[in-house]
Amino acid sequence: MSPEKMVMMANQIATFFATQPGETGAEDVAAHINDFWEPRMRAQYLDYVAQGGEGLHPLAAAAAAHIHAPSEKA
Amino acid sequence: MKDFIIPWDDRDMGTPAKSGKPVHLTVDGIAVTVPAGTSVMRAAAEAGVTVPKLCATDSLDAFGSCRLCVVEIEGRRGTPASCTTPVHEGMVVHTQSPKVKKIRKGVMELYVSDHPLDCLTCAANGDCELQDMAGMVGLRDVRYTPGDNHFDPSGSGARSQSEARLRMPEGEANPRYTPKDESNPYFTYDPGKCIVCSRCVRACEEVQGTFALTIEGRGFESRVSAGAAGDDFLSSDCVSCGACVQACPTATLQEKSVAELGTPDRELVTTCAYCGVGCSFKAELNGDELVRMTPWKHGKANRGHSCVKGRFAYGYTEHPDRILNPMIRERIEDPWREVSWEEALSFAADRLKAIQEKHGRKSVGVITSSRCTNEETYLVQKLTRAVFMNNNTDTCARVCHSPTGYGLGQTYGTSAGTQDFDSVEQVDVAVVIGANPTDGHPVFASRLKKRLRQGAKLIVIDPRRIDLVKSAHIAAAHHLPLTPGTNVAVVTALAHVIVTEKLYDEAFIRARCDWDEFMAYAEFVSEKRHAPESTALLTGVNAQELRAAARLYAQGGNGAIYYGLGVTEHSQGSTTVMGLANLAMMTGNIGREGVGVNPLRGQNNVQGSCDMGSFPHELPGYRHVKLPEVRKVFEDAWGVPIDPEPGLRIPNMLDAAVDGTFRGLYCQGEDILQSDPDTKHVAAGLAAMDCVIVHDLFLNETANYAHVFLPGSSFLEKNGTFTNAERRINRVRKVMAPKNGYEDWEVTQLLANAMGAGWAYTHPEQIMAEIAATTPSFAGVTYDLLEEKGSVQWPCNEEHPEGTPLMHVDGFVRGKGRFIVTEYVATDEKTGPRFPLLLTTGRILSQYNVGAQTRRTANSVWHEQDLLEIHPHDAENRGLKEGDWVKLASRSGETTLRAKITDRVSPGVVYTTFHHPDTQANVVTTDFSDWATNCPEYKVTAVQVAPSNGPSDWQEDYAAQAERARRILPAAE
Repeated sequence: MSPEKMVMMANQIATFFATQPGETGAEDVAAHINDFWEPRMRAQYLDYVAQGGEGLHPLAAAAAAHIHAPSEKA
Repeated sequence: MKDFIIPWDDRDMGTPAKSGKPVHLTVDGIAVTVPAGTSVMRAAAEAGVTVPKLCATDSLDAFGSCRLCVVEIEGRRGTPASCTTPVHEGMVVHTQSPKVKKIRKGVMELYVSDHPLDCLTCAANGDCELQDMAGMVGLRDVRYTPGDNHFDPSGSGARSQSEARLRMPEGEANPRYTPKDESNPYFTYDPGKCIVCSRCVRACEEVQGTFALTIEGRGFESRVSAGAAGDDFLSSDCVSCGACVQACPTATLQEKSVAELGTPDRELVTTCAYCGVGCSFKAELNGDELVRMTPWKHGKANRGHSCVKGRFAYGYTEHPDRILNPMIRERIEDPWREVSWEEALSFAADRLKAIQEKHGRKSVGVITSSRCTNEETYLVQKLTRAVFMNNNTDTCARVCHSPTGYGLGQTYGTSAGTQDFDSVEQVDVAVVIGANPTDGHPVFASRLKKRLRQGAKLIVIDPRRIDLVKSAHIAAAHHLPLTPGTNVAVVTALAHVIVTEKLYDEAFIRARCDWDEFMAYAEFVSEKRHAPESTALLTGVNAQELRAAARLYAQGGNGAIYYGLGVTEHSQGSTTVMGLANLAMMTGNIGREGVGVNPLRGQNNVQGSCDMGSFPHELPGYRHVKLPEVRKVFEDAWGVPIDPEPGLRIPNMLDAAVDGTFRGLYCQGEDILQSDPDTKHVAAGLAAMDCVIVHDLFLNETANYAHVFLPGSSFLEKNGTFTNAERRINRVRKVMAPKNGYEDWEVTQLLANAMGAGWAYTHPEQIMAEIAATTPSFAGVTYDLLEEKGSVQWPCNEEHPEGTPLMHVDGFVRGKGRFIVTEYVATDEKTGPRFPLLLTTGRILSQYNVGAQTRRTANSVWHEQDLLEIHPHDAENRGLKEGDWVKLASRSGETTLRAKITDRVSPGVVYTTFHHPDTQANVVTTDFSDWATNCPEYKVTAVQVAPSNGPSDWQEDYAAQAERARRILPAAE
């Protein structure tokens, strides 16, 4: 997947959870990504964040800490 | 399993059923008890006594015009018509007194004096109520000599039309004679056989609600007219639903198929394979030749009604384009080669195995179909989970109602419409948002319109002035024509009005939801920025109109929300679904008849395909694959470990294909190249794969990129079940043997076994048993139960052994209903100088989805091509005239089509359908999608429209590629 598309998807999720009450935004974004993103998407995402995560919504970047690293490569 | 013999009483009871207190009477000495309000005619029928009738039928209110049903009632003068006379306590009715028999014979004699005596060669021979009644009243002669009449073209006194032709082979000399109207592709109107009982006119009004037909003229001049003077059945407002044909007691309105093939002699009840209403039909046959499909009166979704698609557009099943032999090819550039099933399946299995060996087990996957049965869908997802050993399964619901799954799941705890369709009869205020039921869900639309004519109010929220906004005898109380992409702002503004004007149902919220969560939501929506006056500029919706709509919904009695893909197919589709769920909760409009949140499902089995675990993150019954207790159920049943990680969704599969990590796909009954957004990206993904297996009736657009083609069976050729939009599980019954040799579930099983699975199902009933054993909401579903009940709505289990018509009655599935904050976020798809217009897409009545079925029927007379609807202002700015070729361009691509200039769309908005592959509206749509589910944003694309000379280069290249890709070499000897 192109990085731009991935960033956009992550930012859309972050934008939604940023509007929700409470302080668990980063965890909620991560939970959503853990539930719906296939491991190779999560791997690509974590790589991207590790490389600086350019263009990511702050909540999307913060979520990385809670995203499960895939146990195996596809 | 044996064929289904209809155990229900299919007799015409003459007048509709009533539901009053019991009334006791006797009919011809037989005691009978019926509800108050019942007609004497129906009471007699309940007692087993048939009163002769012509103008009465139980789908229509009594009319009392034919005078054939007269009876004598003790203590009452005269001979009242039994159809219009209600029963009363102690009534004593005689249906066969000498007096009424004499009257009936006289009435019949008059009818027959203006009816041709061509019975033996008439298309309704054996299926004609006039014929039956002449027999029943014992009419043995007609004393009247031939005089003025409507049936004899020669005017020579002939008794029959065949005799008239003999007397005058050419020309007509009877000014009263009107030739047969053959304009409709499916039925004829023969005024010469009409007895002017008005059943067709009444059916058009009462059942269909179109009001196209009328009786013109008076007295002896009275004739049925298709509409205005000069209209025939094709040019009039007639929508070809078939209600008039169904109601006609003679051959006046007659299916052409019956005229051609003869009257059918056997019938099976099955379920329509078009939209999510899921109408029950009788397939009527001679031998294994299908003669006609007629709506089944006991069908609980349709209650005896139908639309042009289900009633008439089944001819695609016999179309010469159908592929009946398996085919393979090494490369997609090669022509197809017809091969044996064995060779095709081992070719497919070898390729898939080789891909998995080289690229890992997650490099292949499946797409299930919302047009296939539950059992077939279940097997396809089982194939990927238990045989491919991954969760790469997705379904076309991804691109339509996946936000419904997420949104209703989050707020209420399960992805399902809350009501049954019968619930519409109790609605006081209907909110239709992002749906166009008269085109997309016509039978539901007719039921809604019936309720609206009884006085229910309607709020339409849609960028277009859809037919429901104003049509015969109905008008929306409020139409909020919002700018595409601003659904969340409008829904939140409705909530703002309800909260700030304190129109919410505090008792309901306190009892059924979390009050603190509501308070947080109330605080959010109360902010001034959500007021309709603040959002009007953004949404284009008049603030006063929006306030009035909110007040009506909150205070108008039972409020029901019906929504379609205009809600879901947006960047914020899931948020809008949650917003609608919030509205229903805050007004207490959930958990009883006449209310609720009702997704109108696009395809026949969208609900079922979602229920069956088609989504990559959840197993059947909407349970996440991460849950070990859920995985264990299937691991025990299937004897394999289940991957705890979510799989790829369709757009993710295509992305991964382009990246080279996803290389094999089994795609059953879905045409992703035409139906999914951003066609070029889809094509690139498919072209990058090593093994694309298409399992379909036709060489669809996706098959242009396939290596293996497995021919499919039509809905007439297999057993199974469909689940409609009201969670109703309906049987699909095998009406004839599969023309391709196998039912679709058998094909999937063959593929699985070629991969080494060792499955041994011999009937879909066994697959349903496995579904019931593993999926709690289906625990009580068996084919025996479906035989007994006709249909059943899930959840069906120990708690609800007969199914569940209404959801969330005593509590939400998740416990407390959850209010979720719905902040409007503008889509990134924005108009600008290059692309100043917003394109939104939809459907038309006569065509269905990608058109693979309906384009291969006579339905195309109503819609030969996709048109671009554009407002007169926008057309004038661009120098466009009606019917001009126009270029429609977005940042994704461009296509050409013809313009239709109409003020149904607002200035700045254009609209088209996606039924034709040569238009390919999805070349233009973008890859933007819903934040939660990746459901594509079909409903909003920034575009430019300009005059054009003809097809674009892309269209020409595409057509050439498609032609090359469809070459088939004859089978080797």
